[in-house]
Amino acid sequence: MSTPIDYLLHLADNAVVLGQRNAEWCGHGPILEEDMALANVSLDLIGQARLLYQRAAELKGGDATEDKLAYFRGPHEFRNYTLLELPHHGALVGYAAADRDYATTIVRNFLYSALMVHVWDGLQQSADASLAAIAAKSLKETSYHLHHSRDWLVRMGDGTEESHARAQAAVNHLMPYTEEFWTTSPAEGAAVAAKIGIDVWALRPAWDALVNEALAEATLTRPNFHGYVTEGKIGLHSEHLSYLLGEMQGLARAHPGATW
Amino acid sequence: MYTQAMDIPDDSGKKLAAVSNATSEQEAAFEARIDADGRIEPQDWMPEAYRKTLVRQISQHAHSEIVGMLPEGNWISRAPSLKRKAILIAKVQDEGGHGLYLYSAAETLGTSRDQMLEGLHSGKAKYSSIFNYPTLNWADVGVIGWLVDGAAIMNQVPLCRCSYGPYARAMVRVCKEESFHQRQGYEALLVMMKGTDEQRAMVQDAVNRYWWKCLAMFGPPDADSPHSAQGMRWGIKRISNDDLRQKFIDATVPQAKVLGVTLPDPDLKWNEARGHYDYGQIDWAEFWNTVEGNGPCNKERLATRVKAHNDGQWVRDAAQAYARKQKERALKEAA
Ligand SMILES: [Fe+2]
Ligand SMILES: [Fe+2]
Ligand SMILES: [Fe+2]
Repeated sequence: MSTPIDYLLHLADNAVVLGQRNAEWCGHGPILEEDMALANVSLDLIGQARLLYQRAAELKGGDATEDKLAYFRGPHEFRNYTLLELPHHGALVGYAAADRDYATTIVRNFLYSALMVHVWDGLQQSADASLAAIAAKSLKETSYHLHHSRDWLVRMGDGTEESHARAQAAVNHLMPYTEEFWTTSPAEGAAVAAKIGIDVWALRPAWDALVNEALAEATLTRPNFHGYVTEGKIGLHSEHLSYLLGEMQGLARAHPGATW
Repeated sequence: MYTQAMDIPDDSGKKLAAVSNATSEQEAAFEARIDADGRIEPQDWMPEAYRKTLVRQISQHAHSEIVGMLPEGNWISRAPSLKRKAILIAKVQDEGGHGLYLYSAAETLGTSRDQMLEGLHSGKAKYSSIFNYPTLNWADVGVIGWLVDGAAIMNQVPLCRCSYGPYARAMVRVCKEESFHQRQGYEALLVMMKGTDEQRAMVQDAVNRYWWKCLAMFGPPDADSPHSAQGMRWGIKRISNDDLRQKFIDATVPQAKVLGVTLPDPDLKWNEARGHYDYGQIDWAEFWNTVEGNGPCNKERLATRVKAHNDGQWVRDAAQAYARKQKERALKEAA
């Protein structure tokens, strides 16, 4: 049975996983200002995740805490979109190594924040007052993330030949993962029924408009897609999530019960 | 974070002979302002040697902030709680911000950020050698905050009164944030010391590895410090290396007691007659070896900065190309 807690975990896992990914640029950005911008995005996302986990822990009761939820659940329990766990490069298996590609980072942040500005906007009316408050705060932050990633998407698309090719490759690589936005998970269904969550399907036209307009300005094309739709939000992930969580959770799990 | 004493010579600053293209009135005005403890501003005339010394010092400081992001950045992905992860990201981001203000301060002296980065990447410019040591356990993050940011504050607070206006003003803001980092680092260690035996062992291990390196951050003993006298005269350096080091030790020993860690120096004792702590011999051979590029992480740190810069070239090119196109479009529209 799905409860609103699973919905909160879906939102929290999205934020923590993408926050973890964006922080990987810290110290390695293409220019100092971008190191700082991505650290900022990451900080916002970790902050969102903390509030959402705290609310989920509160509803769960017992000895649940934000850190238990973030650090002591396995990959199959994570409910984030698969899109968000992918490394910053093109399609490769879980244990492959490759250089980080800033176009992948930017395109992903754009595709996700273009969705989340609408999600947070809608969630301001959530029947869960705590979630509504988190949504209001997150909406402001996400509008900045959208602004930042959209600006760079346009610069890359309409920049040099190389940046255009990289941006187009990232769009081709990542766009199929956005199909997962539009399927309905049991957690989302339960949350919509309880008026705690919102129906993401209804946001599709607004998201399409935002994405199509930005891609056009960036002189990029939107690929057609038919095929496997990822299922991260029901706990079926790519090979990449267990690596991400292994790194993120390893130290905390080596000292269970420790306070930091 | 940090600075080590800013008088580590590097290849860019070997010849500091004053170029005499100034009128005697200009020189006299400069000297008078220095003597009166006044501020020199970018538009003011200044001796070439003063300008060069400042560019070297401020750019070394900026590079230190940027390279200093790496050892702590090493633990962001593995921070053991979300709260500590957020604190660490914010801290590393602050250090990037310090780098930005400092590059801007140095740019007011007529050297571009690109030129300064070129100095760093080619190995000509130095940065604080403290960042050439590895961060081996999570407690290193707390110890860097407590001791490395702490040592940096000792070095930098006097620079808030430095004779060069833009540098002094940048230091005021930087020092505020460094003290915040220092308190946060110390607080993280206090929590760990109240935790498990393993957590306490991590803290002690980190202190053992960082203590002596932090003492060396204040630079060579006054007797061997070639730039100090001129720096003092110019109000670029206000307190000598040895005096700062002593001040740091005297402030830190009681903090270590409260924390419950042992500072790894058998000679560390209160000297009633001096009113200071006595301390043991710093390994200067190891220090200079590391400054010269042969420490445990010099190659990794520098190569990582160079790689980030090179890998980011296409991104910076894209931004420039786009800006150029936008300008051309605007011009066409106007025509
Ligand atoms: Fe700093
Ligand atoms: Fe700092
Ligand atoms: Fe600093």
